[in-house]
Amino acid sequence: MSDHEYTPTSKVGKWFNDRLPLLTLANHLTDYPTPKNLNYWWTFGGILTFCLITQIVTGLTLAMHYIAHADMAFESVEHIMRDVNYGWLIRYIHSNGASMFFLAVYIHIFRSLFYGSYKSPREIIWIIGIIIYLLMMAAAFMGYVLPWGQMSFWGATVITNLFSAIPLVGEGIVTWLWGGYSVDNPTLTRFFTLHYLIPFLILGLVVLHIWALHVPGNNNPVGIDIKKPSKDTVPFHPYIVIKDGFALLMFMIVFAFFVFYSPNILGHADNYIEANPMVTPAHIVPEWYLLPFYAILRSVPDKLLGVVAMLSAILILAVLPWLDTSKIRSAVFRPLYKQFYWILLADVLILGYMGAMPAEGLYLLIARVATAYYFLHFLVILPVLGFKEKTLPVPLSITEPVLGGSPNLATAKHNESFDK
Amino acid sequence: MKVLINKVKNLIKLLSILALITFVTTHSNSAESAKLLKTDWSFKGLFGKFDRGALQRGYQVYTEVCASCHSMKYVSYRNLGEKGGPEFTEAEVKAIAASFEVTDGPNADGEMFVRPAKLSDKFVMPYENVKAAQAANGGAYPPDMSVLVKARGGGVDYIYSLLQGYEDAPSGMTLDEGVHYNKYMYGNKIMMSAPLSDDILEYGDGTKATVEQMSKDVTTFLMWAAEPHLESRHQMGFKAIIYLIILTILVYFSMKKIWSRVKSEV
Repeated sequence: MSDHEYTPTSKVGKWFNDRLPLLTLANHLTDYPTPKNLNYWWTFGGILTFCLITQIVTGLTLAMHYIAHADMAFESVEHIMRDVNYGWLIRYIHSNGASMFFLAVYIHIFRSLFYGSYKSPREIIWIIGIIIYLLMMAAAFMGYVLPWGQMSFWGATVITNLFSAIPLVGEGIVTWLWGGYSVDNPTLTRFFTLHYLIPFLILGLVVLHIWALHVPGNNNPVGIDIKKPSKDTVPFHPYIVIKDGFALLMFMIVFAFFVFYSPNILGHADNYIEANPMVTPAHIVPEWYLLPFYAILRSVPDKLLGVVAMLSAILILAVLPWLDTSKIRSAVFRPLYKQFYWILLADVLILGYMGAMPAEGLYLLIARVATAYYFLHFLVILPVLGFKEKTLPVPLSITEPVLGGSPNLATAKHNESFDK
Repeated sequence: MKVLINKVKNLIKLLSILALITFVTTHSNSAESAKLLKTDWSFKGLFGKFDRGALQRGYQVYTEVCASCHSMKYVSYRNLGEKGGPEFTEAEVKAIAASFEVTDGPNADGEMFVRPAKLSDKFVMPYENVKAAQAANGGAYPPDMSVLVKARGGGVDYIYSLLQGYEDAPSGMTLDEGVHYNKYMYGNKIMMSAPLSDDILEYGDGTKATVEQMSKDVTTFLMWAAEPHLESRHQMGFKAIIYLIILTILVYFSMKKIWSRVKSEV
């Protein structure tokens, strides 16, 4: 690829590039050797970057018209919807964009789970990803509060109240978070400030996420280490760029259907009722992407333990690289893990459904079983599976599917020479 | 071929998860007590537009019946003449606005004064404030109607049904003074008495003012009030999606061409 490598020719360009090699950074990005067998599940990284940029751009525009005040927030949103030129479009892209963002991030996470992308040497990429995911949840939650509808207000009340479960200092922390003795204007203004800040933190972490990715390179569906560059790789541009672009366009079609034809279907009707501290909605439910964790929270009878369970459910993902003891990355070669993978996915979907239902009777029972299974999967099944599972033979390379490979290139080489 | 089948399978899996999410969200949003009445709304679907006649009649129902209790504080008189709405002529809208009075001021003498409403004014509210509205309605606040259809699970179908859902309470159910039975209302108890009855008003265009007709018209009007840009949204959406589909096809073939240089599947 060195034949079309870019070098600055102008004097200014050379002068600048000698001091900060930003211009030749493009060479690294275009030549970046990428496994050529990546499937479409790998296109969601690019899609997520698009989602983040979309949220930032539409968010900036909305912030120019939105008023973060308890008495005016709801009205200012209606002003955006009615009187701002294409305000309805920008707001619907932003509100549905949050859902699309989470849809993409869940696919991205579950892709990683299937192909073992979190395993050595990619633990840091994975952990940064989990931090991004946590920040996304914080940003989404605070963003949902801003229209100051009924669900905004009561959602904020429920979630901030979780901190009161902390022994001794809990109540004090909640008052501190609210900036008063209930969710009110000070809460709204600080949520707005943080909602504006977090996307830029995410952007910074995304840079680190990609940087960390470019050290070992992409994992791939076969899950083996590959020589780079080699017959197994293609340069990022144009091969991956066009493929990511194609997938992004497909994603945008789905996105557009939500924005233009059912922009409110993923939101709750109650959020079109202005916040009223005197009237509690019949059911307080978070947005769909937080439902599985909401179900876990409610399935524990004790408040403190419920909060601990909910947080653990997320944080357990951060130590996943060490809980999964199997050396084989891809589920393609792990017949047992593959089955448990689909069970876990079903379990999370069930939790999501139970999170939307009232916490009573059969719903509560199912939610409890599903919560227990969630932890069982990570704490028992995964560690044991690594030792007990009989994995299928792994190919040595992508182009020449010679069996007997290993996810680790050094071991694979060793085996190769051993065979000779 | 096998690869293609797998891809289609994956796509189906993905779309079914999407459908499930949508189902769960919508399902949990609409706590309906009875199956809602359905009618053919002209504004649904890819090319959905408002029925201009229904919007104008609906405005008449709103202003002659609902507006005596329900405010619509985010809608302005000028909106009535805008494209995609009831599209009254400018003269008509000016006449409508002038028939309402608003308190303005203070003037140069520091006095508040009453003047006829202008196009730029928001719909005049029936009560000074929420407390006054509650005091006049037995403690219940008649909700603002600007975004009402979006604020109720079931949306237009719910409002349409509710208006026609008044019945005698089933035996064994005792209703307090000023409470009415409605089979579509959450909990079946509603403070609002049946607002519509046949020929309660006379339509200017000669349409027969049945309860069903008025319910449909006023609900259409409420849908427009909540989503005044619905028509341009549908029009733009269709163009955007066609554009995206064409671009996707072009990019697909470019991708095939580029990837034909390497021995691999895309």
